[in-house]
Amino acid sequence: MGVVAGRTAAILLAAGLLAPVLSLAVTAAQGNGENWPHLFAYVLPQAVWDTVLLLTGVGVVVVAVGVGTAWLVTAFDFPGRRWLDAALILPLAIPTYVVAYAYLDLLHPLGPIQGGLRTLLGVTRPRDLAFPELRSLPGCMLLLGLVLYPYVYLPTRALFLMQARSMIEAARTLGAPPARVFFRVVVPIARPAIALGASLALMEALNDVGAAEFLGVRTLTVQVYATWVNRSDLPGAAQIALAMLTGVIALLALERAGRAMRGHAGSGQRSPPMSRTRLQGGKAFGAMALGWLPVLFGFALPAGYLAEAAIRRVLASGLPPTLGREIAQTMLFAGGATLVTAVLGVFIAANPGRWLSRIAGIGYALPGTILAIGLMPPLALIDSASAHLLEATIGATAGLFGVGTAAALVAAYVIRFLTIATGATEAGFGRIPPSLTDAARMLGSGRIGALVRVQLPLAWPAILSGGLLVFVDCVKELPATLLLRPLNVETLSTHLYGEAARGTYEDGAVAALLIVLVALLPVLLLLRTSGDVARRPMAAIGHDAPDARDVMS
Amino acid sequence: MTRPDCVTRPRRRSPLDLRAALAICLSLAATGVGAAELNLYTTREPGLIRPLLDAYTAKSGTKVNTVFVEKGLAERVAAEGSRSQADILMTVDIGNLIEIVDKGLSQPVRSTILEAAVPAQLRDLDGHWYALSMRARVLYAAKDAPVETATYESLADPNWKGKICIRSGQHPYNTALVAAFLTRHGPEKTETWLKGLKANLARKAAGGDRDVARDIAADLCDIGVGNSYYVGLMKSGRGGPEQQKWADAIKVVMPAFEGGGTHVNISGAVVAKSAPNRDEAVKLLEYLVSDEAQVVYAKTDYEYPVKAGATIDPLLASLGKLTIDTTPLVEIARNRKAASLLADKVGFDN
Repeated sequence: MGVVAGRTAAILLAAGLLAPVLSLAVTAAQGNGENWPHLFAYVLPQAVWDTVLLLTGVGVVVVAVGVGTAWLVTAFDFPGRRWLDAALILPLAIPTYVVAYAYLDLLHPLGPIQGGLRTLLGVTRPRDLAFPELRSLPGCMLLLGLVLYPYVYLPTRALFLMQARSMIEAARTLGAPPARVFFRVVVPIARPAIALGASLALMEALNDVGAAEFLGVRTLTVQVYATWVNRSDLPGAAQIALAMLTGVIALLALERAGRAMRGHAGSGQRSPPMSRTRLQGGKAFGAMALGWLPVLFGFALPAGYLAEAAIRRVLASGLPPTLGREIAQTMLFAGGATLVTAVLGVFIAANPGRWLSRIAGIGYALPGTILAIGLMPPLALIDSASAHLLEATIGATAGLFGVGTAAALVAAYVIRFLTIATGATEAGFGRIPPSLTDAARMLGSGRIGALVRVQLPLAWPAILSGGLLVFVDCVKELPATLLLRPLNVETLSTHLYGEAARGTYEDGAVAALLIVLVALLPVLLLLRTSGDVARRPMAAIGHDAPDARDVMS
Repeated sequence: MTRPDCVTRPRRRSPLDLRAALAICLSLAATGVGAAELNLYTTREPGLIRPLLDAYTAKSGTKVNTVFVEKGLAERVAAEGSRSQADILMTVDIGNLIEIVDKGLSQPVRSTILEAAVPAQLRDLDGHWYALSMRARVLYAAKDAPVETATYESLADPNWKGKICIRSGQHPYNTALVAAFLTRHGPEKTETWLKGLKANLARKAAGGDRDVARDIAADLCDIGVGNSYYVGLMKSGRGGPEQQKWADAIKVVMPAFEGGGTHVNISGAVVAKSAPNRDEAVKLLEYLVSDEAQVVYAKTDYEYPVKAGATIDPLLASLGKLTIDTTPLVEIARNRKAASLLADKVGFDN
């Protein structure tokens, strides 16, 4: 009976998670395909090329920075290492579009950096200073890479901490020079962690519209929007979006298959932490400089810029009066969605088989607005069904329960970010020796009893850290929030977007800074949850790589 | 022992009463209670029209609830269906406005006040949509640039090579401009023009209209295309002292089509098909085209009034005399898709 109920619940949940994609498919089927000759002739060659280049570039940056810094803080010791260790996560707190706005201001010919350079070099006209243009593909690659590298840093670092010691020390003993150890031993060992971190970072980059559009990069996602908004061709847009989704799923499956064949599954044994090489003098200084660079560019510069603009604004005209309410609403929606995702994450992780957890990953692979657009028809169905039900039973005329309510917004967040919670919980459960769970069940606990008494208490930190990451993502989320929120409701991110839309950047800076602060809280909590900080967030984004978790457990 | 009524009564309550109570609760939750209210869905950032809405509330006692939905307004209202709370749908582009009408999300409104205030070419003859304010797509030029008059056609002249800044060719403001060009000149000439304009760009077609002014101020380009009201907004200092500097670095040249006038786009509104507060909605629209409100549009947003004879803000007047191009707005909206496809075809944003 419990099994049947669990099955039914799993199928219902899967239906809910798939509903937006199915409704997009229905929308896509209403198109006649007249779009495609145009797309193939004029759009796709450029858009596919730009998208591939962008993802390659972002991939290179996130892997280089993520793996490099992870290696730096785990293999070496130098002054301030522990601070750096924590600080490297900070870029997670800033939305990419905010970073794009900030950097355009900072790097513009009229901004402080070029201005300073001109003064230094004695150049008077901006045109005479050949400064690379941020509004370009390379600019966008670097910018996204510098903000998204923590997705790689977290799992890779954890893997180094937990698994790498024996093999690395063996290589060292055999006399391999450090560079060789790094490329021949360290990187292959880290591959599962790198793969899963990079796949998340790349999905973020692929689905980004704010930064890409602002910097003039015409990715496929930007093209989805042009087709929909500018040509009123939603079916055409849905067709492109679904084609992209298929591509993403295929790539992920390919990567998984490739990794399964290489079989870097590790021993499953946790090895003692690696001994860190103590760096002195110039080397220590070099390590510090290298390590702090990504923090400087991915967090300190844009956040500092926001803080400066926000302070000027507050001094000039005080705090925007609606801010308190917006903070409360932001935290309420994000908190509600986090709770729901955490519960569902536990349910999915406890569900036998991996099909449900794969389905939970789909929301993350779709651009936010497209997900929201796909979610509206199913919500509308629920609305009309419940209205009919109410009219039939109590004769009341009902309002809307789905579209344009807080519930819709929370549902969108849940579908979009569920995979993060699922991955965290699965990883947490995966670290529990099966013997413990078995023992509990032999002593008479049912599945649920074992879950409540053994699995949940032991996996709690992992579940919490997954929840914190979900919370951060909900606070930063813009496109679905903009489309689905109820009347008179503003969150910090919609406030910021509104200010940007009317060009009052400095008012927006206050909201942007608050997003960073609200998102920073959980990031700091994440750091405090335990000594081996990054094992948990690592686990949190370990959703799509069972072998990676095996290595890490 | 007797009990007071209030204690015993609930026990006697039939299931029917409970259902009625539930029904009342639900309908209250759905519609809200109290004074007159009306719900405005807008693709236009409501902060810009907040002063107007507040003035209306002060005057009429009707509270105006807003939600800013930049993309997907039509989809959302369609999904909400007959139970939608939306009374007024407002957009800032004629294309988006007509799309709402084409999707059957509007209802015709007959109002002598609206019809008297809004000239026929700025509203639907059946009353499905009304323009509320206008903005011109003008040229920003460096203060010292040797350009006093210009046609849109001349933007493709090779002498501007590497000197023009503009936002994405897929932004609705540019799509509408290209659609107007298309309506006047046909597809071949428009394609050639777009190619020429693209070849003249100093940087990628990206960012916003204000970035055009900023890039001119930074000497990255000599001229650029932007909407008229941004000049006022930048000059006002509401976007900070930097934006004032950008505005001070440019002058506005009022361009025109050869043998025509300046391309204008509108902000406009429809009354939603299933508006729960239809009468209130019409009253707000009527207020928005009143002399009082039209002046506020100009004062706070630096837009042109739609009402004939309404006073033009001095700052707007200083931009030069506006001669509106006569290309019908509906034609522009109809050519929107073709314009967007052409921008792809010439690789305008690449």
